[in-house]
Amino acid sequence: MVWNKHDYDEIEGTYVFDGKRAQPSFNLNKMLFSFNEGKNRDEFDADPAAYCDKMGVTGVYKECVLNKDFLEMLRLGGNIYYVAKMAIPRGTSVQAAGAAFQGITEEEFIKNLQVRAEGLEQKIAERGDYWNG
Amino acid sequence: MAKLIGGITTSHIPAVGNAINNGLTQTPYWKRFFDGYKPAHQWLEDNPADIVIVVYNDHGLNFFLDKVPTFALGCAAEYFNEDEGWGLPPRPPFPGDAEFSWHLAESLVAQEFDICTCQEMKVDHGFVNPIRVLFGDQEQYSQKFIPLAVNTVQHPVPSAKRCLDLGVALGRAIESYPEDVRVTILGTGGMSHQLQGERAGFIDVDFDLECMDKIASEPEWFTQFSNAEIMARSGSEGIETIMWLVMRGALRADAEIVHKHYHAPISNTGAGVLVLDNQ
Repeated sequence: MVWNKHDYDEIEGTYVFDGKRAQPSFNLNKMLFSFNEGKNRDEFDADPAAYCDKMGVTGVYKECVLNKDFLEMLRLGGNIYYVAKMAIPRGTSVQAAGAAFQGITEEEFIKNLQVRAEGLEQKIAERGDYWNG
Repeated sequence: MAKLIGGITTSHIPAVGNAINNGLTQTPYWKRFFDGYKPAHQWLEDNPADIVIVVYNDHGLNFFLDKVPTFALGCAAEYFNEDEGWGLPPRPPFPGDAEFSWHLAESLVAQEFDICTCQEMKVDHGFVNPIRVLFGDQEQYSQKFIPLAVNTVQHPVPSAKRCLDLGVALGRAIESYPEDVRVTILGTGGMSHQLQGERAGFIDVDFDLECMDKIASEPEWFTQFSNAEIMARSGSEGIETIMWLVMRGALRADAEIVHKHYHAPISNTGAGVLVLDNQ
């Protein structure tokens, strides 16, 4: 038995969510999905370790949940949209999480986004057929 | 007979819903993003549709990872928005058109697109935010809405070419409906963005602008890219832009470009609005 290799495995700093990640982490994602319901969020917050046990989230998966180690969660197969269901309501925005993945501050992360879009309005003006304010 | 009058693209990021909820649309951060929708609003007012098809991806509200349909079509009279886990207040239900949906399902399967039909389908921000930003928050919408979900969450996800081909079949399906209804399609999501991993925060403005230009005028150009190439060039979540091709494939090749608007960064993304008139 062997997992297929893919071209996207070579994209650095990226954990594309495919079968090889989704299959072993099924219980983790199932637990994160359960946070769609308020009563499950409350039960988790009251005793995170017990809720992991109840949902079959064990070993390294349980460890990264209890440590709120979202990067490790991605590496182990947590899906980013499901991880967000745990992170966002507990005070870690998607941008704060992105900053943590890189070991920088949230302010630096937001500034880097702006740097990537520098010169935008001029590029759009040069194209001529875009709305530009 | 039904008439496909146009197609629009828009981002569907959660932050758009938050900005509307919190009255932030005219703050310096959001103003340019939201102001660029005004020509789209004008076109929608001048060209009212009876039915709006929303092509989007579910982010873990209706579908869990136990069953992931590649293409799923809502075939219900009503669609419910619910809590996605971060406590956003759900929007009131959206009216559907079951007869029209089942016609689409029959036509698409006859054209060998074996979609999943859904008689109950919870709709998440991917569906709700495009409606809010384009049609506003209404007590009662005059339009009917049809969700068409594309899997962009768990790979393998469909290719850009498959999405474009689905759009062609969808266009035929719409225009073979016997009732005289006017239909608009929304292609949502994108553009370049990456939420996950050390590469989070990736945006490529030049690639986004090229994608907008080409998807408007020469959509086959986008089908040269594999999904791995799209993710390399526009971020892992930038793969959502394939959904624009479902919209674009449904329209005529020479549909008129009415409006182009691009803004970045908004939240973590590059956001593009295209308005294409198919009349």
